[in-house]
Amino acid sequence: MSALRTVDDRGARKAGGPQAGAGGRRAAVRAALMALPLLFFAAFFAYPVAAIVTRGLHQGGSWQFGRFADVLGDPGIRHVLWFTCWQAAASTALTLLVALPGAYAFARLDFPGRRLLRAVVTVPFVLPTVVAGSAFLALLGPDGFTDSLVGVRLDTSVWAILIAHVFFNYAVVVRTVGGLWAQLDPAQEEAARMLGSSRLAAWRRVTLPALGPSVAAAALMVFLFTFTSFGVIQILGGPTRSTLEVEIYRQTAEVFDLPTAAVLTLLQFAAVIAILVLHGWTVRRRESVLRLVDPAMTAHRPRGAGERALLGGVLAVIGLVILLPLGVLVARSFDTPSGYGLAFYRALGSTDGGTFSVAPWQTVGNSLRFAAIATVIALTVGGLAAAALVRRAGRLVRGFDALLMLPLGTSAVTVGFGFLIALDKPPLDLRDSWLLVPLAQALVGTPFVVRVMLPVLRAVDERLREAAAVLGASPWRVWREVEMPMVSRAVAIAAGFAFAVSLGEFGATVFIARPDNPTLPVAVARLLGRAGALNHGQAMALSTVLMGVCAASLLALESLRTTGSGEL
Amino acid sequence: MRNTSRRAVGALVLATAAATVLAACGGDSQDKSKGTTGSGATGGGSRTVTLVSHDSFAASKSVLAEFTKETGYTVKVLRGGDAGAAVNQAILTKDHPRGDVFFGVDNTLLSRALDNGLFTPYKAKDLGQVPADVQLDAAQHRVTPIDSGDVCVNYDRAYFTGHHLAPPQTFADLVKPAYKNLLVTENVSTSSPGLAFLLGSAATFGDAGGSGGWQGYWKQLKSNGVEVVDSWEQAYNDRFSGSSAGKQAKGDRPLVVSYASSPPAEVVGVTPEPAQSPVGVATGTCFRQIEFAGLLHGAKNTAGGRALIDFMLSKTFQQDMPLQMYVDPVRKDAVEPPVFVKYGAKIAHPTTLPPEKIAAKRDDWVSAWNAIVLK
Repeated sequence: MSALRTVDDRGARKAGGPQAGAGGRRAAVRAALMALPLLFFAAFFAYPVAAIVTRGLHQGGSWQFGRFADVLGDPGIRHVLWFTCWQAAASTALTLLVALPGAYAFARLDFPGRRLLRAVVTVPFVLPTVVAGSAFLALLGPDGFTDSLVGVRLDTSVWAILIAHVFFNYAVVVRTVGGLWAQLDPAQEEAARMLGSSRLAAWRRVTLPALGPSVAAAALMVFLFTFTSFGVIQILGGPTRSTLEVEIYRQTAEVFDLPTAAVLTLLQFAAVIAILVLHGWTVRRRESVLRLVDPAMTAHRPRGAGERALLGGVLAVIGLVILLPLGVLVARSFDTPSGYGLAFYRALGSTDGGTFSVAPWQTVGNSLRFAAIATVIALTVGGLAAAALVRRAGRLVRGFDALLMLPLGTSAVTVGFGFLIALDKPPLDLRDSWLLVPLAQALVGTPFVVRVMLPVLRAVDERLREAAAVLGASPWRVWREVEMPMVSRAVAIAAGFAFAVSLGEFGATVFIARPDNPTLPVAVARLLGRAGALNHGQAMALSTVLMGVCAASLLALESLRTTGSGEL
Repeated sequence: MRNTSRRAVGALVLATAAATVLAACGGDSQDKSKGTTGSGATGGGSRTVTLVSHDSFAASKSVLAEFTKETGYTVKVLRGGDAGAAVNQAILTKDHPRGDVFFGVDNTLLSRALDNGLFTPYKAKDLGQVPADVQLDAAQHRVTPIDSGDVCVNYDRAYFTGHHLAPPQTFADLVKPAYKNLLVTENVSTSSPGLAFLLGSAATFGDAGGSGGWQGYWKQLKSNGVEVVDSWEQAYNDRFSGSSAGKQAKGDRPLVVSYASSPPAEVVGVTPEPAQSPVGVATGTCFRQIEFAGLLHGAKNTAGGRALIDFMLSKTFQQDMPLQMYVDPVRKDAVEPPVFVKYGAKIAHPTTLPPEKIAAKRDDWVSAWNAIVLK
């Protein structure tokens, strides 16, 4: 019935466009919505990053632009740039290939344990890469799973990196695409089939175009994440494979060659902006108004051999790529020198190890606190930004959209060091404030909020808003009564993302000097940095706790949502 | 229906708001409890002294409490990143220092810190108790030596016993065919023990080009199958077969570049206490790292900073360090804990290089090493 409208609604939208006076008011509303996000990004991203880049390029009273030629002319750097780009592209493609069937299964198929499993596949997202990398090394290395099964060692091949990237980013696709997929009205695809389309044709012509923007959003996030991959590359790539992120870290934190680091940072920016432009261009041509329904209505038990095989395949992939590596880590946390037991967990409660002045388990509280604050910041900033971006507009606003994505593609060490030198004097003297940690985390969470909210917000029919306005509802009331109910699911997904991202953020957090209240990932890294069975065992136990905290938080968030799943 | 969904959103908003309030309160109360111990010292008041350090810094609560009892100052510790990152951060923030004392610059980074004018001279009270050979800035006292540690090749005792093979003892041993494909080390550009091992070989074989100097040695090491990974964590926890973590991870390299203090670290917390540590030290492969503390230039609380540096050289702090940071005290009369005496290795003649030489040669050596070993 509304299949046609779904495919292309742009004509209708143009015809029903705003009048001149309303347009002016709308621009003012948009500017008001954009103010806070712009301020946030100016103060906590643009300013710190500009400060560290300027420090690098402006030395001894003059600009060091000559360094561009030096760095860009270095064949080693060109090789790094090439490897960074292609491994990110390959990882993104592989992740989409592996996870899209998963997105469908989680969105449309009803199977026992679905909610739990959806939380579990998000767990890798918060795991420190050193910890997960070590699990992959064990599975793919000598005497590992693949070696003993089929006699193949993958630990020195690029496949190890790609598979680990799928492990980390599977949830990005499942949650971003699946979130929208669950709300797409299946009646449209059914209508197309009734009108004579084959199943594949109906999917290709109706469902795929509708999903396009969210697939693109997921692809963008996976690309940016793998583009700035650090720990996975270090552990599984060996010393001969390096990404821009690794180089920037080396030049900033070890070699202390800030001019080179600044040039590399700008190079990273250039590459990320190119990707953002490409993404904006593909999405602009695809987005359309969709008919959204209650997700509970669209899910059904698997029907027929095809769907059962699909579900089986999805579960097998999850088992191999996600559960197996997680299992390795959990098993290690119980594997004490005197047999399997809880010794490492018990040690988390004491300060005897000397690594911390507080018992390691207390870092759980630190992490939850920081993540809760970061989530609120990210939801506020990202929510306002998404609201401002709902209605398409000119280049300036599109540029704002891209700006919000930049932190995802920026080196954590750049942000961390930038915070340090930029936020150390009035009016922004946050030198050793605990607030720096959630602020840095929110910077990474906000892009997720925007990317999850935007496709759903844009899918809300403009005519619903206009109808409400014509009937006399204030903009606030329109938002509260028309948009909010339809996007509450997206809000919950966005909150889950922001929370998980904050919980797992390590790169920037570790560089932010703070009084002794380390987060879980920082505590794990500290424990891993010390020799001895007890330290390493505690690192594994704490990682397991981190997994549990993540899964439990996401389940709690989801249950908040499902209590009100009667939308529309 | 709409009502339920709105209620859900309301609940979500409420829950996050509540979490924030709780979180903010939690954060506040934590800060307050820290502040009040220094009798109302907030905003960098004179009763708090701030120590800036790297992520490996650790001290017992009771020891820091003793400092407060003796001097009235409360120590606040800021840590950020590894040793290299922490020094770089301190240099970047030297116009607005984040604290009063910096601890954790070692001899491989000392010149960088001193050339950037990071510290104000201060001669610590008990310096007479510290051997002259670790006082690398004896003329000006901009930094005070606090601890030392040796980066050495460690070996898996069980492997060498099982194979009836004597473990290597010197740099020269490592290129012998008997030890082919046994050693794992760290990338010198990303790991400080990796760099220290390179410096140790340079101190031993010299800087002559061709096959004579350290470059020739590394060519031999490479043809003898040395494996290079990016971090100590990966080398010791994943690739080394002698550590308990490496055993779990099925590491298959019985030789690793690590620390002389790794053997005692391996047995801490293990019951019953073993007769020997599973890890041994090749005592002729060591490079000495010395860590220093210094009063930061522009410190707000110089009196407190001086008191803290004095305290770090006191017997109390020096004897606490070994089990906290797995390093050796520099103070001559400090007594090491029994586990160090029983399982640790005493390195009589470690290699070393002057900090100025390290600063001058470091970049060239790192790129030469890259060309030889990684290409």
